[in-house]
Amino acid sequence: MSLKEDQIERYSRQIILPRVGGKGQEKLLGGKVLIIGAGGLGSPCALYLASAGIGTIGIVDSDKVELNNLQRQIVHDTNTVGVAKVESAKQRLNAINPDVKVKALNMRLTSKNITDVIKEYDIVVDGSDNFPTRYLVNDACVLEKKPLSHGGIFRFDGQAITILPGKSACYRCLFPEPPPPGFVPSCQEAGILGAVAGAIGVIQANEVLKYILNIGDLLAGKLLVFNALDSSFRQVKVPKDPKCPICGEKPTVTKLIDYEQFCSIKKKKEE
Amino acid sequence: MSDIKIDQILDLKGVPCPMNFVKTKLKLESMQAGKILEVLLDDGEPIKNVTASTKEEGHEILKVEEKNGYWNLIVRKSR
Ligand SMILES: [Zn+2]
Repeated sequence: MSLKEDQIERYSRQIILPRVGGKGQEKLLGGKVLIIGAGGLGSPCALYLASAGIGTIGIVDSDKVELNNLQRQIVHDTNTVGVAKVESAKQRLNAINPDVKVKALNMRLTSKNITDVIKEYDIVVDGSDNFPTRYLVNDACVLEKKPLSHGGIFRFDGQAITILPGKSACYRCLFPEPPPPGFVPSCQEAGILGAVAGAIGVIQANEVLKYILNIGDLLAGKLLVFNALDSSFRQVKVPKDPKCPICGEKPTVTKLIDYEQFCSIKKKKEE
Repeated sequence: MSDIKIDQILDLKGVPCPMNFVKTKLKLESMQAGKILEVLLDDGEPIKNVTASTKEEGHEILKVEEKNGYWNLIVRKSR
């Protein structure tokens, strides 16, 4: 593969960078990234990855764009309200960069289909907004040894960690089991500042770019915690837990689990 | 210094910053270590910036010379 004239121009500001160059750009163009959720985290992440020239971007989501999404889900716009999120995202990403092959996966991930979906990608970005998907994605990535960027947001707080299965802590090393349904705040309470989602989604895009370029240090074994109110970032070391239910020495989770959706409000609407 | 053997020539007259450096960098990436590249650059910012950036990337600047209104930058690719 060699860069075409318009690609040299489009990517010139990152080709200039030490440790990127034309070879790095070719790696990005050959990269395959799966983004789970075209929402608050997936939107900014997808925009930056498409702009950077990631050659193949898969996006999974089963929802349609709603007006209340637009405050933070910046890959969509007023004209795509009512359209499937993955189609809306695909239109926008193709408009930004025709080099990118966008695979719109309008589906709900389950224990039955997730392994096949993640198989063909180099790295997975979890931008999901619920515990069942978060645990399903973590477990599937650990079992398939697929690198995973986790991001989470709540009100004014955000967090991100990168999981290199077998090498660094997984999501269950941090939180072994999903919280019981009654413990989780209702969706109504779970307000979010759009810029917080933006900050974390962009951190996730940055992790993906470094992984594919093989430069810098990933957030592997390190949880990045962002607080928007005091604009603070801090890193918390997260060692691999030998007692982790999935990546520990004696795993108790050996196959994928479909946890129940906790949020009754959302569930009612989807059914 | 007049007997330097030039392996490749890149004419970047009229190419503005930073595209002139991007093209120089891509050309050097495609060459083997030790090979010599001659780059033709405009006066002013182009010759200044491309020379500095190429040096920063670790390549050896062999010669910077003005020639009828433009500049010749001669670089040995490192590594
Ligand atoms: Zn674990």
